[in-house]
Amino acid sequence: MLSRVANSVYWLSRYIERAENVARFIDVNYNLTLGETDSLGNQWAPLVYTTGDQELFEKRYGAPTRENVLKFLSFDEDNPNSIISCAAFARENARTIRESLPSVVWEQLNKFFFMVRTAAKVSTTLDQPQEFCERVRLASHLLVGATDATMSHGEAWHFLRLGRLLERADKTSRIVDVQYFILLPDAHDVGSALDVVRWSALLKSASALEMYRRQHGKIVPVRVADFLVLDRHFPRAIHYCLMKAQESLRNITGSTSGTFCNLAEQRIGQLCSAMDYTSVRDIVQHGLHQYIDDFQNRLNLVGAAISDDFFTTHQQRQARNAATSSQTQTQSQSS
Amino acid sequence: MRLASYQSNGVFDEMFAPDGQPRASGAQFVERLQTLSDGSLQQRQKAAELSLENMGITFNVYGHAAGTEKVWPFDLLPRIIDATEWAMVENGLQQRIRALNFFVNDVYNEQKIFKDGIVPEELVLSSKTLRQQCRGFQPPQGVWCHITGVDLIRDHDGQIYVLEDNLRCPSGVSYVLENREMMKRTFAPVFQGMSVAPIEDYSEQLLQTLLDCAPPGISDPTAVVLTPGIYNSAYFEHTFLAQQMGVELVQGSDLVVENGYVHMNTTRGLRRVDVIYRRIDDDFLDAKCFRKDSTLGVNHLMDVYREGRVTLANAPGTGVADDKAVYAYVPEIIKYYLGEDAILPSVPTFLCSVEKQRKYVLANLDKLVVKPTNESGGYGILMGPQASQAERDKTAEAIRANPREWIAQPMLKLSTVPTLVGDELQPRHVDLRPFVLCGKEIYVMPGGLTRVALREGSMVVNSSQGGGSKDTWVLRNGETVPPVAALDAGGKI
Repeated sequence: MLSRVANSVYWLSRYIERAENVARFIDVNYNLTLGETDSLGNQWAPLVYTTGDQELFEKRYGAPTRENVLKFLSFDEDNPNSIISCAAFARENARTIRESLPSVVWEQLNKFFFMVRTAAKVSTTLDQPQEFCERVRLASHLLVGATDATMSHGEAWHFLRLGRLLERADKTSRIVDVQYFILLPDAHDVGSALDVVRWSALLKSASALEMYRRQHGKIVPVRVADFLVLDRHFPRAIHYCLMKAQESLRNITGSTSGTFCNLAEQRIGQLCSAMDYTSVRDIVQHGLHQYIDDFQNRLNLVGAAISDDFFTTHQQRQARNAATSSQTQTQSQSS
Repeated sequence: MRLASYQSNGVFDEMFAPDGQPRASGAQFVERLQTLSDGSLQQRQKAAELSLENMGITFNVYGHAAGTEKVWPFDLLPRIIDATEWAMVENGLQQRIRALNFFVNDVYNEQKIFKDGIVPEELVLSSKTLRQQCRGFQPPQGVWCHITGVDLIRDHDGQIYVLEDNLRCPSGVSYVLENREMMKRTFAPVFQGMSVAPIEDYSEQLLQTLLDCAPPGISDPTAVVLTPGIYNSAYFEHTFLAQQMGVELVQGSDLVVENGYVHMNTTRGLRRVDVIYRRIDDDFLDAKCFRKDSTLGVNHLMDVYREGRVTLANAPGTGVADDKAVYAYVPEIIKYYLGEDAILPSVPTFLCSVEKQRKYVLANLDKLVVKPTNESGGYGILMGPQASQAERDKTAEAIRANPREWIAQPMLKLSTVPTLVGDELQPRHVDLRPFVLCGKEIYVMPGGLTRVALREGSMVVNSSQGGGSKDTWVLRNGETVPPVAALDAGGKI
C-alpha cells in the first residue's frame, strides 16, 4: 500500500485510541472525586501528567482546577491531545485516505467527530462528563468493531491495529506510572493502609477491574502492576499490546516468528522478548517508575523506526542522503 | 401532497406541460407523489440531508477558509427523461466525442483541418489551452478524451443544446452515483418499479476504459487516481472514484519517476504505475514541463508519458477542444471528420475575435451572455440582461483589450424541474451533465448530473455559486411496472 496511506491509517487509529483513553481518564477521575471532600479527592493535576502535556497546561491555564483540566482535556482545540483535537485529526487523516477505508468506517468517524463537536458547543457537557466520556468510548469501540468486521485483515488493517496497540501501550504505561506514584510514593511501602477505592479506580480506568478480580481476586499493589504491565491476555495490558503489535508488524512484512527484516521489527522484537522474560519482581527491584521510563523511551524508538521503515518516501530518502553526503563532503573539505 | 398550485412560469418545465398536466414521462411519478401524505416529502428531504452529512458527501468552495467543506445540496425530486429522447442524446454525445477525439489528434499531428480551411489555424494555435509539448504525440487507442462531461441545456422552445464540452477534468459523476444511492435510501417507495436505467456500473466502466488505454504490452496494468489533495473542490469525488474502482488515490508526492517509469511509494518500496487518471490540470502535472512552481505534480512525468510508458487520462492538451471559441466550430468539426450532421445542436456563438461578430456583441451586451473562452465553473461570466451598466462596461473593455478571450451567446431560458422549497414545489432552472467514457468503446452513462439553481429565477447552477443537484432518471421504454408495496405509511395507493 502507499506509504502515505499507511501513515494516515496508523495515525488515525492512534488518535482514536488516544481520545478513548483521555475519556477513560476523565471518567474515572471524576467518579473518584465525587465522594471525596479532602485535597486528595480533588486531584486533577495527575490527569494532566498522565497525558504528558503539563507544560502546555500550565502555560494556558495555571491552576489545575477541575474545570480547567476538563476543558483542557476535552475541548481545548489548542491542546493537540484533547479529545476534540484527536477526533479532528483522526477525521482529517481519514479524509485523506477515504478511498482506503470501508464507507461505514468513514461514516462512523464522521459521526464521531460531529458528536464531539456538538458536545463541545453545549456548555453543560462537562458539568457531568460521564455521558460524554461514555459516548467517546463507545464510538471508539464501534470503530474498532467496524474495521474488524468490514475491512480485509490485510496490510491496512494491520497498520490500524499497530497504531492502536502502540498508543494503548503508551497510555497504559503512563497511567500506571502516575497513579502508582500517588498511591505508593515509596515502592517499599508495602503493608501501609491500602486505599482500595483508588486502586480500583486505577484498574477501572483501563477497564481492568473485573478482569483483574477474576485473575487475582483481592487487590494487591504488586499484582495490579503485574496485571497492567505484564499480562499476556488482557487487551489493555502493555505486554499484550506489544505482542499483538509485533504480530501485526510480522503480517505487514511477512517475517516469520523470531526473525526481523527491518529496524522496527528488530526493536519491537527486542522489547517484546525482554518483557516475555520479565517478572513483576524484576520490575519492583528495578523501580517501577524507572522501568516505565525506560519502556517509554524504547517504545518511542519503535515508533520512529516504523515511520522510517514504512512511511518515508523515495524522495525523502534521496533528499536525506544528499544532505548527509554534502555534509560529509564539507567535513572532508574542511579537514 | 398537492401539486395544484405548481406554476411553470412560461418556460419549458421538464415535469409539467403548459396546461398543468404532467408530461408523459413524468405522469407515473406525479401520480405516486400525490399519494404521499403531507409533510412526508419534507421528512424524506431532511433524512437525505442528514444522511449526506453523516456520509461526508461534501465539496469545497474556493475563496473560503482552506478545507471548508459544504454538504452536497441534493433535492429529492428527480429530473425524468424518456427513453426515446435519451436515445437521441446518447447518439449525439457519442458522435461528438468521436469527432472531438479526431480533432485533438489532428491538431497535435497533421493539422489537416487547418489546411482544409475548416477551422482557422490562428484561432486554435492562439488557444491558451493548447499544449505545444504534446505535438506529435499519439495516445494508446487514439484516445485523448477518456472522460468527458458535456453540459446540456434545454431552451424554452424544448430543444436540447450542447452548452459546453468539458474535456479536461470534468467533475460531478460521484454525485450522480451518490444521488441515486440517496434516492434509493430515502425515496424507495416512489423509486421502486419505475424502470429507471441503472447507472451503478459506471465505476466498472471507468476502470475498464482506463485499463483499455494502458500502454501496449502490459499484461496486468496498474491504474491510479491522481488528486491535488484534500483542499481541491472535487476531493470527495477523487476518493470516491478511487474507492469504487479499488485503485490507489495518489498525490504528486506519492509518485516518482525512476528508470524511465512512474512509480508510487509503497510500504514495500517502489511500485510501477501504468495509467494515471489525473484530476490535476495540465499546467500542474510536471514542473519540468509545464508550470515550474507546481508542487502538485510529478517531475519528469511528461518524459515518461511521451515515451508511451504511462497513460494519462485525460491526455494533456485536450483543453484546446473545449476552448469556447473552438466550441463554435464543433458542428463543422463533426461534419469534417465523420461526414455527418451534428445530432445535438450547439448554442449560437459569437466570436469576439471576428470583427463583425464583436461589433454585434458590443452593441448587444444587454441581451447576451458573455463568457471567457477558457474558464470553467461559471467564473468570469457576464449575464447581460441582469448585469449593471458598470459591469457591462467592464466586460466591453475586456473584450476590446483581448477579443480572442471572449465569446457571447444569446440568453437562454433554461428549463425547470419542480423542486422542494419550504413546504411547496416550485420550478427551478436546471442543466444536465451526462458523462461519456471513451476507451475501446464509447459508454454514455444514462442520465447524468442534473444541476439546479436553487435561488428563484437564477440560472446559475454551479455548486460553487448556490447550485444544488437532483437525481436524473432515464426511463426504459414502456417497461414501467406497478409498485408492489404500499407507497407511504400515511398515504393510500
